[in-house]
Amino acid sequence: MKREEIKVCVLRVGGTNCDTETKRAFDELGVQTEVVHVNEMVKRRNLLEYNALVFPGGFSHGDYVRAGAIWAKLILAKLHKELKTFVYENRPILGICNGFQVLVEAGLLPGFDNISPYPKAALATNFPPGYNCRWIYIKHENNEKCIFTRKIPKGKILRMPVAHSQGRFIFTKEKEKQHLNRLYENDQLVFRYCDKNGEYAEGRFPTNPNGSFHDIVGICNPEGTIFGLMPHPERAFYWWQQPDWTRQAQMPQYGDGKPIFESLIEYLLKKF
Amino acid sequence: MNGRLYKRRKTSFPLLEINVLEANEQQLLEISQETSIGLNLKEMKAVQEYFMKRKRNPTDIELQTIGQSWSEHCIHKTFKGRIKIDGKEIDSLFKTYISKATKKINPNWCFSVFEDNAGIVHFDEDYGIAIKVETHNHPSAVEPFGGAATGVGGVIRDVLGVWADPIACMDVLGFGPLNYMYERIPSGIKHPKYVYMGVVAGIGSYGNNMGIPTVNGAIYFDESYVGNVVVYCGCIGLLPLKKFRSNAKQGDIIVLAGGKTGRDGIHGVTFASAELTEKSEEVSRPAVQIANPIEEEKLKRAVIEIRDLELASAITDLGGGGLSSAVGETARRFGCGAIVELEKTPLKYPGLAPWEIYVSESQERMLLAVPPKNVDQVLENFEKEDVEATAIGKYTTDKVLRIYYKGEKIAELDIPLLFKPPKITRVAEYKPPNFEEPRFSEPENLTETLLQLLSAPNIASKEDVIRTYDHEVKGNTVLKPLHGEYGGPNDAAVIKPLVDSWRGIAVSCGMNPNYGKIDVYWMAASVIDEAIRNNVAVGGRRIALLDNFTWGNPEKPEKLGSLLKACEACYDLATAFGTPFISGKDSLYNESPLGPVTPTLLITALGIVPDIRSTVSMDIKAPDNSVYIVGQTLKELGGSEYFKLRGFLGKTVPKVRPNQAGKIFKVITKAADLGLIETCHDLSEGGLAVAAAEMAFAGGYGMELDLRNVPCKDCNRNDFTLFSESNSRFLVEVSEEARENFKDLMKGNVYAEIGRVTKTSRLCIYGLNGEVAVDASIDNLLTSWKRTLSNGV
Repeated sequence: MKREEIKVCVLRVGGTNCDTETKRAFDELGVQTEVVHVNEMVKRRNLLEYNALVFPGGFSHGDYVRAGAIWAKLILAKLHKELKTFVYENRPILGICNGFQVLVEAGLLPGFDNISPYPKAALATNFPPGYNCRWIYIKHENNEKCIFTRKIPKGKILRMPVAHSQGRFIFTKEKEKQHLNRLYENDQLVFRYCDKNGEYAEGRFPTNPNGSFHDIVGICNPEGTIFGLMPHPERAFYWWQQPDWTRQAQMPQYGDGKPIFESLIEYLLKKF
Repeated sequence: MNGRLYKRRKTSFPLLEINVLEANEQQLLEISQETSIGLNLKEMKAVQEYFMKRKRNPTDIELQTIGQSWSEHCIHKTFKGRIKIDGKEIDSLFKTYISKATKKINPNWCFSVFEDNAGIVHFDEDYGIAIKVETHNHPSAVEPFGGAATGVGGVIRDVLGVWADPIACMDVLGFGPLNYMYERIPSGIKHPKYVYMGVVAGIGSYGNNMGIPTVNGAIYFDESYVGNVVVYCGCIGLLPLKKFRSNAKQGDIIVLAGGKTGRDGIHGVTFASAELTEKSEEVSRPAVQIANPIEEEKLKRAVIEIRDLELASAITDLGGGGLSSAVGETARRFGCGAIVELEKTPLKYPGLAPWEIYVSESQERMLLAVPPKNVDQVLENFEKEDVEATAIGKYTTDKVLRIYYKGEKIAELDIPLLFKPPKITRVAEYKPPNFEEPRFSEPENLTETLLQLLSAPNIASKEDVIRTYDHEVKGNTVLKPLHGEYGGPNDAAVIKPLVDSWRGIAVSCGMNPNYGKIDVYWMAASVIDEAIRNNVAVGGRRIALLDNFTWGNPEKPEKLGSLLKACEACYDLATAFGTPFISGKDSLYNESPLGPVTPTLLITALGIVPDIRSTVSMDIKAPDNSVYIVGQTLKELGGSEYFKLRGFLGKTVPKVRPNQAGKIFKVITKAADLGLIETCHDLSEGGLAVAAAEMAFAGGYGMELDLRNVPCKDCNRNDFTLFSESNSRFLVEVSEEARENFKDLMKGNVYAEIGRVTKTSRLCIYGLNGEVAVDASIDNLLTSWKRTLSNGV
């Protein structure tokens, strides 16, 4: 398909608040992007008119119960059929921050058995506890399974900001090892927290800003078409969003978040 | 309650008639107290007179409406009243100083000032910037989390109340020392640490949940804040000016949208217009509202959509005084009356008396005036966002407010009455305290002194707080509160609000209550200078100011006297710098069993950065670049952090010399535009030494400076030169290539090259005799600066 034919849906609900800048990133890359309220989507029933779906950051439904839990259940209850088709047709779904939490709560990630009836992982309260907004380094770990990072060489260190209080990726303790192995076997691990030289954080704060298991930043499903991450690539899209742009003599035109959006679009251009 | 004074009307709902007609003076005061309306005798007599003429007694809702409208919080009696001082009489501080300054400057870029919920200035040809800073001290003292959160929620609605989309928040806070001894806390007052944690969490929670970045702020610690926490919440919004609507007329429908109404926040304004007492918690807890940021997020979306579709004729927020203020103020502004059918108000739970519904300050509510033909579409837009909205009345031709409840008329008041409380005349006096300059010899180890200063609570890094606020959401924060890898303290925040324009907004603040303990006039002058120079340092210009006063009880002549002095300085400095005031807010009666608050003026500066690509940050950039000091250093250490560290207050407080200062601001702006400066940092608390240390560790390089080159009057000692807090000074870094051009540009100003950036990772400062006065590694400086708050003080 042609670039200008691509239609991206940035879904929102009460409490979503990163939809505008997420749309802006896609706009910049020349695809059609629409921010749609869930209520509107339920009314229109036209999810399948879109080629890609994005759950942006925010505090959907105030993040009451657990971050992302209410929105995840709402989506499953109201849009289950369309969503299932969307997933089976390998149309890409991206979850950023609260969106990642939604994808995990909805059972779409890690998605060992397609859409799991119960969440298989959680994005738990940060350790140390509390909201934390800072720029961090992440290392690309994926071997080209994840369609959202195919334009990023493996081992590359990227810089993006995190801003959340519930981003500690965990599995149930007794299945931790087993699940981690599956992530590696399926090539589902996408990014891990590291320092600026690429050394893994090994859980050390603030290099790992939330105490995430195995320094996990983001994962994809076994097909590589659903991807969630805690940092905000849309806030690392332009050069002037970077925290130290005033001290760089030669500034690249874009930030490290851009290749994620580009990879997604390239996948759509080739695949459909 | 005295049965003779209150009579229950025979209605299916609770409604009292209050016998003011037959009440004597003592009984009038009794009524004021029992109904918690907080009016004094003169005002109660005016109420009595009004109803005498109408030959009937008021209902409870009428009395409450008058009480709310006439409260200090709503009508600013002190700022608009008459003041007698030294045989002179001043009619309105506001008109005499604040708005007069703006009128005298008369800038053509002000769109609406002092009229609406927020001031509006032009951003570019099409867009305006709305800005407001609120005080929320009283609620935060009683319930820190809720008080601070609703403070943020309230100021965001102020911005929304001029049709602007909120794009950034600023928060300036004042707490008692966090290590304050528990034994010294009297009953009814909460420990500063508890207050601090609650307030910070409340602010973070609201801003983060709504997705509005908190980009600028400050935290001050002062003993007087133990009993009187200071919470200033600010918000900036953006609006397409041609979508601004403020022209409601008779027949327009009154639509109430947002959260439901409950008993939270009853008498918030009366509470905020009184001193805090031991019983405040018990008595006034219901006066603090409950925050629900997600509700406001949805409300915001719907309001912006309605704005863009041009469906409404006016909007205002429901803040202090609830419906009573919002309906009354809009009716007055548009020269209308209003009919309200109060039973239509959606309630959180049944059982509220009509007067409670009318004065409740439940959060997340907005009031819109909508032409009848657009009402359905407006309601639909709210419904789309899951926001409840209801038509509760309409504006009428006569200037009368009529309130009905289930068909029964329960209030009929003339609108003008609500805005004409008896004018008060208060007496003010001002005697500047006479302190002495301390005498002590210069410490031998100034490196140690510098490390201690960097750890002083008012200077130390506020990173632990700043990182709990999302300062990046919306992806438009160009200059962040913490700069670069080491988190250096930027002087101001810069935002780039539009996708297709490089134009930016710079926002900064100035506050220094310690100077006010010596001289309130020079405190006010200094903080105006500080707010402006912070803005100038990053590349801001065309600066507008906001004033926020936190003062003690204005009924005490000396408190009012110092308020007047601060206002004088506001006028003098604003006119001298050509920086108009565009909005403000005062919080008076900040007194507790521990005593009054130290007079605290916050000045917020809003500037424009024509092209954000020329924004200047505060971290030094490259070895071998030259370091210049711009501005005159004087032996002005009164109220300084250095004196405080030594246990003194001092006498010689920093003054402002507007002619020199104005020239310096202009030349710094010019140098930034020409690309001649790599780095710029303002000198404030801790003076030259602290500023240099911050620049060094933020940039990761060392510096070698020589005090002998610092242009300084009477600074015969290293410590004075290092730590003087003279105003209007900057440290700038200039590259070898730009040096000659920079020097040409600076001709005629007080400035000097005082050293250079080094590769050594050490800050080394040579003293007045050529000796090494300060020598510290930047790691050591950074650690000292960062340790205070992360150790919980």
